[in-house]
Amino acid sequence: MGFLTAEEKGLVNGLWGKVNVDEVGGEALGRLLVVYPWTQRFFQSFGDLSSADAIMGNSKVKAHGKKVLNSFSDGLKNIDDLKGAFAKLSELHCDKLHVDPENFRLLGNVLVCVLAHHFGHEFNPQVQAAFQKVVAGVASALAHRYH
Amino acid sequence: MSLTKAEKTIILSMWGKISTQADAVGTQALERLFASYPQTKTYFPHFDLRPGSAHLRTHGAKVAAALGDAVKSIDNIAGALSKLSEMHAYVLRVDPVNFKLLSHCLLVTVASHFPADFTADAHTAWDKFLSIVSCVLTEKYR
Repeated sequence: MGFLTAEEKGLVNGLWGKVNVDEVGGEALGRLLVVYPWTQRFFQSFGDLSSADAIMGNSKVKAHGKKVLNSFSDGLKNIDDLKGAFAKLSELHCDKLHVDPENFRLLGNVLVCVLAHHFGHEFNPQVQAAFQKVVAGVASALAHRYH
Repeated sequence: MSLTKAEKTIILSMWGKISTQADAVGTQALERLFASYPQTKTYFPHFDLRPGSAHLRTHGAKVAAALGDAVKSIDNIAGALSKLSEMHAYVLRVDPVNFKLLSHCLLVTVASHFPADFTADAHTAWDKFLSIVSCVLTEKYR
């Protein structure tokens, strides 16, 4: 068995196929900046982040969220080797972006909340459990090359 | 970290809706907790934790009732949960890390049940509220 059981892979891919990655990306990044305002420290150049409405409507936030989630989505295609898939991005986040890996865990959990929000009862405990494994794996992979 | 007036208003008005399904919300949050974080089951060796079990439903109702008490005394959560805080400190001694896990599962349950209400501001308010409840429950640990 790899990182996920066959059943978990089915649950994850089944739901992910229905996700509008661009939209969910903007939503997740926006909510990260609203709910955990200290994360705004990485986005000083993004313009108006003064209120929830400003953040959720901010075009730079949406664009960046889209980028982040497309990258996450690509990673899902390599679910059994997340460390390999995210090696370069891990180095980038450490050496150039100087992002505390705790932020990856925060964003992962915000993403889970956004999926629950969008999919309602379909995002049941078993689906959530599979996604918690995925977001934990991605966060860990992104932190793996830190030094 | 304390709740703003606006956040208290959000919590109170959403609780009006949530309270009509409080038991189900509490129970589902626990189901999510045990599914996503199996290590949390170690605190319940004496329970039948299968989804739908009577133990889960009873305990879920208890969790929901405690949250309801905190909402009703939103200006004095520490007072409202004082006995529960002592119980967690001296009897239950649940490791503090687990409060974050249950809080997250409660948030996910609320998000999935009340999509129209779970705006970014509501998400913030609930996250803060549950943080405060968690703090109160671990306040007397040492």
